Amino acid sequence: MNRILRKEVLTSSIKLFEIETPLIAAKVLPGQFVVTIAADKGERIPLTVADANKGKGTITIIFQEVGKSTKLLGTLREGDEIPVVVGPLGKPSEIELFGTVVCIGGGVGIAPIYPIMKGLKSIGNKVISIIGAREKGLLILEQEIREQTDELYVTTDDGSYGRKGFVSDELKRLIGEGRKIDRVIAIGPSVMMKAVVEVTMPCNIKTIVSLNPIMVDGTGMCGACRVEVGGETRFACVDGPEFDGHLVNFELLSKRLSIYLKEEKEACQKEAVSCK
Amino acid sequence: MAKPSLKKTIMREQPHSERIHNFNEVPYGYSDEEAIAEANRCLQCKKPKCVEGCPVEIDIPGFIKEIAANNFTNSIRSMKSKNALPAICGRVCPQEVQCEELCTLKKMGEPVAIGRLERFVADWEAKTGKIEMPEISPATGKKVAVVGAGPAGLTVAADLALMGHKVTVFEALHEAGGVLVYGIPEFRLPKSIVRREVEYVQKLGVKLITSYIVGKLQTVDELLKEFGAIFIGTGAGLPWFMNIEGENYNGVYSANEYLTRSNLMKAYLFPEYDTPIVKGKNVATIGGGNVAMDCARTALRLGAAKSMLIYRRSKTEMPARIEEIEHAEAEGVEFYLLTLPIKYHADAQSWVREIECLKMALGESDASGRRKPVPIEGSNFRIPVDVAVVAIGNSPNPLIAATTPDLKVGKHGNIEIDAKPQERLLLYWRWAEEGLLLGQ
Repeated sequence: MNRILRKEVLTSSIKLFEIETPLIAAKVLPGQFVVTIAADKGERIPLTVADANKGKGTITIIFQEVGKSTKLLGTLREGDEIPVVVGPLGKPSEIELFGTVVCIGGGVGIAPIYPIMKGLKSIGNKVISIIGAREKGLLILEQEIREQTDELYVTTDDGSYGRKGFVSDELKRLIGEGRKIDRVIAIGPSVMMKAVVEVTMPCNIKTIVSLNPIMVDGTGMCGACRVEVGGETRFACVDGPEFDGHLVNFELLSKRLSIYLKEEKEACQKEAVSCK
Repeated sequence: MAKPSLKKTIMREQPHSERIHNFNEVPYGYSDEEAIAEANRCLQCKKPKCVEGCPVEIDIPGFIKEIAANNFTNSIRSMKSKNALPAICGRVCPQEVQCEELCTLKKMGEPVAIGRLERFVADWEAKTGKIEMPEISPATGKKVAVVGAGPAGLTVAADLALMGHKVTVFEALHEAGGVLVYGIPEFRLPKSIVRREVEYVQKLGVKLITSYIVGKLQTVDELLKEFGAIFIGTGAGLPWFMNIEGENYNGVYSANEYLTRSNLMKAYLFPEYDTPIVKGKNVATIGGGNVAMDCARTALRLGAAKSMLIYRRSKTEMPARIEEIEHAEAEGVEFYLLTLPIKYHADAQSWVREIECLKMALGESDASGRRKPVPIEGSNFRIPVDVAVVAIGNSPNPLIAATTPDLKVGKHGNIEIDAKPQERLLLYWRWAEEGLLLGQ
């Protein structure tokens, strides 16, 4: 069970696993996630599912090595079994006919935007995609997205590829050109999602974001993933992970994401792995 | 027969000064001699009241009589015909409000230490290394799904397996045991004991599937195509918060998260284990139940200089077992009674630094029969903390109810069934066989 059938190194720090897990593959929908444990004494880490193949019984996860646990996961090879893969968790994305939808992915957030974009396109939406990364070498899934989307715009922070700047700049440009946009979906680092929300708020374009707080069980049992939406506390694992971006308290999200920075460093030092 | 002692035989335990620095189990358990002495206190009542207080109807005088006669093999055999989890139940059942509450000796002094004897005989068998398997009834050909491998699910699974049914238990977490592994700390219930009793249930023929979320991978509806009956034992897994200002600051935990990190994920062994936990110097736990005591005692063992417990009523109204309250006090947990948290204060980085509280006074009795705490206006004061744990209770996890449209759900998320507890499974069964369970 949970055998890695295919492993791809997408960038220096981003890896892709196609995992044999037929029960999850049969049920998972865009926007949902799984929780994995990479080793015996390992942490439970939530990862959004980037693709699923019901016929083959596989799901694809794409993750960035940022700490000890994701690095450990990254050491697994084709043919290895991941000790724990549990899911599908969270509510699926709303895949409905909205009209023109802009799908925005930043960094490793391009991975979860991909199935949502495909889903939206498949039922007849016009899909404009904007993807971005810090630099060219960190950009993932460009080809896959180009094949599906109606339009694609690429940005890099340093201008090494595509347009120099942020994904939110590109969105601002499209809005400025008077393009009719019915909905925006943005997934990426919380600063990126916040920047996107700041662009869409004044023009009142409904904007969905997928939040990535710290989780433990992922089933609503612990409340580690508390986020504030519209002034109310919600559990991202069961009430989300997608929420109306205009109502999300991003400052709280960023602060709660920093809870274990000290411990993360300690874990990395012990393992003598370099963590970002 | 000599008149029995009016006091329970004392169970030796780790000295408090030592135990607050480790996660090892606090009580050592009885020696053979101590167990026999305690067993001899039992009056062997003709109509034993204690059995009526036991949810699984263990033949209490029967197993105790065998201990008194130094026949431990017979004792554990009798025990296991009714209870597959004696080492667990002997440790964490609230005996003082169940079997021991009704013990005849309690009218004169302390009841027989039924829980300690149950634990003794279970541990004795484990020590021998020879676990005797009970007789299992011939296979019935019926299949039952049990959702949740907590104490309820494991008990039901074992009972049904003994009756000859084919049982599969589905557990959402990566380890079986439910609250026994994620909630109750190692120092109160060693996880090796939970594993041992889970393995015993598996040896009875029960199939256990972990990391399987019923409601997501398969709905109850879908499972009923394969299974003749379903037992839903998903427990009370949704933590409550007080909904007061600042509750989402860094360092404020739900009891479930705090305990799950420490127990299930072994954060107390970080960085050997990868899951971290914030080890505060001044830790306050809010609540007065067993879970609150577990959190306050865990905080000490994680290295807190000061572990405080904040409870809005007085000690007499605390829902925790007296034994747990005494353990917490002996270990140095400071109680702030008649105290209500109203707001958290944080530093610039959003880390909790103080809990603002109000003093309370006890007023008239409320619906629970306990005197209602009333805030004293203007009595605000602040308690410095760097970790706060909210242990004020849980409601049922809504996942099953949310994905099983025809299940009747009460206002607290509880599944409502119009039957007496002992008839419920049967009812489910009949409904399932008649295709009525989901109103089909």
